[in-house]
Amino acid sequence: MAGIQSANASTPDENKIEFRGVLYDSTRCVGCQECERACAKAHDLPEPQDEVKVGILRKTNETQRCVVNNYNTSKGEVFVRNQCMHCNEPACAAACLTQAMYKTKEGPVIWRGDKCMGCRYCMVSCPFDVPKFEYHSANPKIQKCDMCYDRIIKGEKPSCVEACPGEAIVFGTRRELIAEARKRMAENPGTYVDQIYGENVAGGTGYVYLSSAPFNELGFNPKLQNSSYPALSKGFLYSVPAVFVLLPTLLLGIHEATKNNQSKNEEND
Amino acid sequence: MTSPAYPIVSKDNDGSSIWSFLKNELRPKGKWFTPFNIISIPIMLLGLGLIVIRFINGIGSVTNLTQETPWGIWIGFDVVTGVAFAGGAYVLTFMVYILKMNKYHSIVRITVLNGFLAYVFYAGALLLDLGRPWNVINPIIGNSFGTSSVLFLVAWHFMLYMLAELIEFSPAIAEWLGARRAHKILSGMTIAAVIFGITLSTLHQSGLGALYLMAKDKIHPLWYSEFIPVLFLVSSIFAGLSMVIFEGTISHKVFSDQISKKNHHAEKGILHGLSKICAGAMFAYFFLQLLVFIHGKHWNLLNTPMGYWYLLEMIGFVLIPMLMFFYSYRTNNIFMIRLAAILTMLGIILNRLNVTVIGFKWDAATHYIPTWMEIVVTLAVIFTEIWIFRWVINRMPVLRDSPKWAAEENH
Repeated sequence: MAGIQSANASTPDENKIEFRGVLYDSTRCVGCQECERACAKAHDLPEPQDEVKVGILRKTNETQRCVVNNYNTSKGEVFVRNQCMHCNEPACAAACLTQAMYKTKEGPVIWRGDKCMGCRYCMVSCPFDVPKFEYHSANPKIQKCDMCYDRIIKGEKPSCVEACPGEAIVFGTRRELIAEARKRMAENPGTYVDQIYGENVAGGTGYVYLSSAPFNELGFNPKLQNSSYPALSKGFLYSVPAVFVLLPTLLLGIHEATKNNQSKNEEND
Repeated sequence: MTSPAYPIVSKDNDGSSIWSFLKNELRPKGKWFTPFNIISIPIMLLGLGLIVIRFINGIGSVTNLTQETPWGIWIGFDVVTGVAFAGGAYVLTFMVYILKMNKYHSIVRITVLNGFLAYVFYAGALLLDLGRPWNVINPIIGNSFGTSSVLFLVAWHFMLYMLAELIEFSPAIAEWLGARRAHKILSGMTIAAVIFGITLSTLHQSGLGALYLMAKDKIHPLWYSEFIPVLFLVSSIFAGLSMVIFEGTISHKVFSDQISKKNHHAEKGILHGLSKICAGAMFAYFFLQLLVFIHGKHWNLLNTPMGYWYLLEMIGFVLIPMLMFFYSYRTNNIFMIRLAAILTMLGIILNRLNVTVIGFKWDAATHYIPTWMEIVVTLAVIFTEIWIFRWVINRMPVLRDSPKWAAEENH
């Protein structure tokens, strides 16, 4: 939705702006947690203390915007990182009634505290369960990865990408990243499963993944659909203007038609 | 017919006494030590204390909400179920003001009052659930319209519908205050408010279901379909009317002194009519559910615990009360109508909670179960609503007939 808007934007400068994203390559990730530490530092969050271990599922929460996990898969132990996927058509942003969750034209999905009323409908709607709410605060915030939006608009890379020692995460335009992912798959036959996760899921996401093991062995929800989530409520929303025009007209018509009926009844009373 | 305790007519157009009149009216009437008061007052006070704690220490200090289940009973029961029960107002105003079914005229006011208070208090309950309630004006004042959001639509419809219901009810307030001019103007606005109100109700009753359309992978497939909005709308018809039957039963006992003989006698006929409509709406609903089920191809899910739960809801709380409604209007069985209404209401609670709480993340490792504090706050909200409801009925011509001057004006 926001994607279509920015693609149709009138000024030529804005036309040049493409969605940015991050390519994560599980074959290059060693689970060092440098990205987690950089993320915590960049967003004033406590440094993560727990270690990455097979069999222990770590989840993002209101104090940690990204986590690395280690899974025992059919291809051996594989690391995988979770954070906001920065969907092309984010359900959270479509759900938000104040546009606090917002898909920027640069690609990151950001949260704006001055607009948010804390209804948590974004959390209900997000298929990846990404937005986290500070339940124990009188002034609660939504915590989620914002792809370091403040750095991106200054032309810098997200802090996690900069911190990664093994180039397991690369930053770029989404188009470049998909091309790079395809290149890696073509140049290293047999290394990767034949799927770029995020290319199609939920209508396409800003984070795209390459992996040596099937994605359903890496904690990714296999139920998710490949089309956009906001499209699910589109039919309902499109019917609203029609109902708003037609129903009052119909009601007024019936009201006029039954008027005689009433005066007769009143006489009988 | 006005009871002597309410000297409304005597202070007509007398500006100076209106304040002493209001002051007098604000005072409680009747006995204090009734069973209802003894139960409700401590719960309301406890609820108030919990609300204070919630605003100091955050929502997590009183609720069991988690990152996976961000909406609990404050939304699933207070708002989603409560609004379905408040649906009686739009159905009855449609029948009386649009279809001119004058038989039901005597219960319109109390139903609209019930609906109006329900919306006020559920919107209030919504504020408790908002993490940052001070930003609640954002979607209203227009600095950040999230027009792609179903919740935006629902929020606006709540506000506008409250206004419509207030206008529909306002002639009763004017009669209470003896404001004849205002009464004339406000009565003239009724039909517009009714048409507007029915339209808004159609959209937000279905909109409450549409809220969950994006949670496709989180709701149990037996309760998720793209038809949730239609199912919510159709079920709000008999949910609202069952509430009217239930509330009418209680009102006729508790406020029997207020109800004229004529209206007392009309009650049976009204109940019969309502049970007929409930039966019809429930038949349509059951048929829709059946179509949705067959369309969804979920036969294999029936033989699971959630499947039995689904069958219990569909058969025990839709099919059976529907048959009871059919049977009771054929056999003039008032008791069975009331029983059917209660079963139907339980079914609505079950259905709304199945979509919003029980079936939501049904497959998660840990389940959301509300804390006792969430339940106490919910009860406190309901009791406060009943207090206001009682206060209004004891003062304004809701159940009792309008004063003579107002009745004459309508002719």
